[in-house]
Amino acid sequence: MLLYPKSTPLRYYTLMLENLPAIHIHQLTKTYPGGLQALKGIDLTVREGQFFALLGPNGAGKSTTISILCSLVNKTGGTVSICGHNIDTDWSKAKTCLGVVPQEFNFNIFEPCWQIVVNQAGYYGVPRDVALKRLDVLFDQLGLSDKRNEQAKNLSGGFKRRLMIARALIHEPRVLILDEPTAGVDISLRRSMWQFLQELNNGGMTIILTTHYLEEAEALCKEVAIIDHGKIVTHGNTQDLLQQLNAESFILYCTAPIDTLSALPPISGVALRQLDPLCLEADIDQNHTLTELITYLQIHGITVGRIRNKANRLEELFLKLVNHD
Amino acid sequence: MTRKETLRIFRIWTQTLLPSVISTSLYFLIFGSFIGSRIGLIGEVTYLQFIIPGLVMMSVITNAYSNVVASVFSAKFQRNIEELLVSPLTSTVILLGYVVGGVMRGVIVGFLVFLVSLYFTALPMTHPMIAITTIIGTAILFSLLGFVNAIFARKFDDIAIVPTFILTPLTYLGGLFYSIKDLPLIWQKISFFNPILYLVNSFRYGFLGISDISVSVAVISMGVLIGIMWCVALFLLHRGIGLRQ
Repeated sequence: MLLYPKSTPLRYYTLMLENLPAIHIHQLTKTYPGGLQALKGIDLTVREGQFFALLGPNGAGKSTTISILCSLVNKTGGTVSICGHNIDTDWSKAKTCLGVVPQEFNFNIFEPCWQIVVNQAGYYGVPRDVALKRLDVLFDQLGLSDKRNEQAKNLSGGFKRRLMIARALIHEPRVLILDEPTAGVDISLRRSMWQFLQELNNGGMTIILTTHYLEEAEALCKEVAIIDHGKIVTHGNTQDLLQQLNAESFILYCTAPIDTLSALPPISGVALRQLDPLCLEADIDQNHTLTELITYLQIHGITVGRIRNKANRLEELFLKLVNHD
Repeated sequence: MTRKETLRIFRIWTQTLLPSVISTSLYFLIFGSFIGSRIGLIGEVTYLQFIIPGLVMMSVITNAYSNVVASVFSAKFQRNIEELLVSPLTSTVILLGYVVGGVMRGVIVGFLVFLVSLYFTALPMTHPMIAITTIIGTAILFSLLGFVNAIFARKFDDIAIVPTFILTPLTYLGGLFYSIKDLPLIWQKISFFNPILYLVNSFRYGFLGISDISVSVAVISMGVLIGIMWCVALFLLHRGIGLRQ
């Protein structure tokens, strides 16, 4: 259903060959009037073609960082480059490289959908006939074709979100920034948006998203950075970061009621708790495997029917890094 | 931007074009025909002919101002001003887009009011270039003022304060319905501080060839004010004051 873009455009290869980062942030600071220091010297590099997640609790500095990249907030200090263009000295080219899907709806609700998108194309110098052709393709891919002439105020939340994605893509940016793109979106639409974003990324587009759904970040993003109190607390490959977890928690659903758990001998590297007669919770140390646990239970006459992660792994890492209590 | 602003004017034409045409038609009818016929001539022109340029000018001022102030504030309120701020458009282009929208509406409404006035009386046009320069200059000036008002406005009340408490009194006291020569000397002197007096008289001169003040002073003052307001508006936009945190 979602086919855009079908192939990696030349401009993506050009940037890859130049080995320029899509985003380069150096010692970025922001102090709001009133003294709130939202960013305390952030250094961050996002390579071209990455699917990148910027995570953090509320008030950590995610939206400030994103807003500075999009020129919606003036930075206090530091430098920011987008596709090699400094946002202070080469801002026009920097902005052209960027497509933005903000967290809150920010279009004129009284305008028809097609006009919102075509107007935006005009702001980026895209000729009207070209914009109209791109509009057809994007609306088709995002399931907005039926809503083309509808006033934006009549759209549901999900369609409004899609409209903002179409608007952000109309000038074919190299980097797409999405601030909480699936907030308030039902699971089916969320999945189709994931697929669409994945296909954009497969086509070479750098995608940066902030999200509260850590499952989303773990499923989509090859790299994550976690920001807290205006500082990057960790940044790296998602899988590498997940290796930092010392233990993972699983819920085990047994086939028959257990009444002998307390009588079982201890098992190294695993903490077992009984939640109810049929259900166990296990914290498995990084150096031990799930197979060892299941074998151990089977030896003691307990058969496991189903298993699930108690929490999303990235969520565990997130809580570990930002939990101060 | 120009296309967007122009489309907006025509999309909501009952709010943008019609009200001024109706209200000034009532002015023509009441002050011009009913009351004006009892007043007699002012110089060599009828009272209705005397007030028409002022009423056209009032429509231009009100509409140019309110078009930009409403368009910018509504974009701030709905946050779709962010569409412009994230784009590579320069501050000059953004400002020009809004000003062109204001000028378009001001001039269109002014022209419609002028057309309606022709139903009531004939009007000579002795210096068309002066009239055209003044009307366009006035529309630019008040579009810029509307832009600055919108930048500082935080709520809808803030965009109504200036038109209600400043523009309307200044317009009514700007020699729209009378010649300042008929005022006591002290009020004549005070009137010279009213910028709208210069605009109304310059425009009236373009039609009727009569003015209470020097037309060259009026046109130069208008140019200087436009220059100042353009710089102020551009500075505010460039720094993101009222728009960016």
